[in-house]
Amino acid sequence: MTSAAPIRIEGLRKSFGDVEVLKGIDFEVAAGEVVCVIGPSGSGKSTLLRCVNRLEEPTAGRVFVAGTEVTDVDVDIDAVRRRIGMVFQQFNLFGHLTVLDNVAIAQRRVLGRNADEARRVALANLERVGLGERGDAYPVELSGGQQQRVAIARALAMDPELMLFDEPTSSLDPELVGDVLGVMRELAGEGMTMMVVTHEIGFAREVADRVAFMDDGTILEQGAPETVLERPEHERTQTFLRRLLDPAKG
Amino acid sequence: MSPRRRAQIARGAQYGVLILAVVVLAAVADWNRISDAFFDTKVAGKLFPDLITVALKNTVLYTLCAFAFGLVFGLLLALMRLSPVVVYRALATAYVEFFRGVPALLVLIAFGYGIPIALNTEVPGGVLGTITVALGLVAAAYMAETMRAGIQAVPKGQTEAARSLGMSQSWAMISIIIPQAFRIILPPLTNELILLTKDSSLVYLLGLTPGDRELAKFGRDALNDYVSMTPILVVGLSYLIITVPLGILVRRLESRQARARG
Repeated sequence: MTSAAPIRIEGLRKSFGDVEVLKGIDFEVAAGEVVCVIGPSGSGKSTLLRCVNRLEEPTAGRVFVAGTEVTDVDVDIDAVRRRIGMVFQQFNLFGHLTVLDNVAIAQRRVLGRNADEARRVALANLERVGLGERGDAYPVELSGGQQQRVAIARALAMDPELMLFDEPTSSLDPELVGDVLGVMRELAGEGMTMMVVTHEIGFAREVADRVAFMDDGTILEQGAPETVLERPEHERTQTFLRRLLDPAKG
Repeated sequence: MSPRRRAQIARGAQYGVLILAVVVLAAVADWNRISDAFFDTKVAGKLFPDLITVALKNTVLYTLCAFAFGLVFGLLLALMRLSPVVVYRALATAYVEFFRGVPALLVLIAFGYGIPIALNTEVPGGVLGTITVALGLVAAAYMAETMRAGIQAVPKGQTEAARSLGMSQSWAMISIIIPQAFRIILPPLTNELILLTKDSSLVYLLGLTPGDRELAKFGRDALNDYVSMTPILVVGLSYLIITVPLGILVRRLESRQARARG
């Protein structure tokens, strides 16, 4: 038996009050795999992603990250989270810190790296996302696309074993989406394990190893991008893709 | 008549009344007597240097000590009010309601006279210790509410980003949330500092040695000594020297924040 899958989810359920958002999900992501999760808003995609590092507390079921049970009540959740990079729709850069300090602070506080090393790693990762020159800027001085790339650098600086992306381009102006997707494409090319909640069908088709379509709290179908995106089995998937690709026709 | 013309006439009438009032007051007033009572430069000169080296110094000292005490204790209360632990929340709420609801004067009397009688011991640090604790406890109640609001105003995504990087709840609070909360609440905290500057005058209740006197008590003693209103005017101006710049600072901070929000 090889090492445990980066992500394994068993019978995951999540309710907000009386509303059941996840209705028993079984799901796995293999090492080096890029999985895109698509589906209509409210289908539970983001909640599923946020259950992986327990930003949402699952109601039932179990989640494993590289063999460690995240849903175990006694787990050191901070220790698990530092192995998982997460990128948010709203970037969530720390507004009171410079770009460089945004990328350095968790290295110092969590990994215990000294100031010089944290700075060196931060600069290297900022260069990786094409922002090596903007270390002294504050987040407000950057465009949305630049902010999101800093957020990716911030996650990468922790040397994560896998990356979670929660609609990383949904708050960006259309002309800025390409830069962020470019960084993610490179990352996928380097073999990073990635779980990406997205509406970017082009990105999913080109970069994903597997696409999962979620609807109403379940994974309705999943498979190779060309299968799910070109010849979906379910009518719900067909309707969703048709609306996404040609909103005017509906 | 156009609305604009009507507004002009109304404005002109208002200015006219104001000018008339000033002219009448100036004509009626006995200027010699007023200048003797309020602007006696000889009396004003005798107030120095103690006005600065004792009175102003003590006002600033009492205010800053009480403010620092209130800031630290208020932050603790704010965190208690946000705690998931019901007992902490209840204690902090009760504290805030109590100390916001009773006069600062009463709290100062309790610490200056009540506790020495009841416990047969004085608050350590003498006058400075007593005023610091008494006014600090009251200020903490107000500042706790301000800080709680400030912490809650920091977007939830900031905590999520910090926690997802593996930071503990405490580290996220200390290095990410609280620094941003303080930027938000700097204007209301500066207002609190202005209020405390004036409240520090309550210290007169404690029975002060000459060296313990702050501006208000110093001015009142000088009023008795020289039988002149001039010390009160000088002392009032001294307060303004502290509070007006703070007020300007608040407005600057507020307009800077308005710009940052865009």
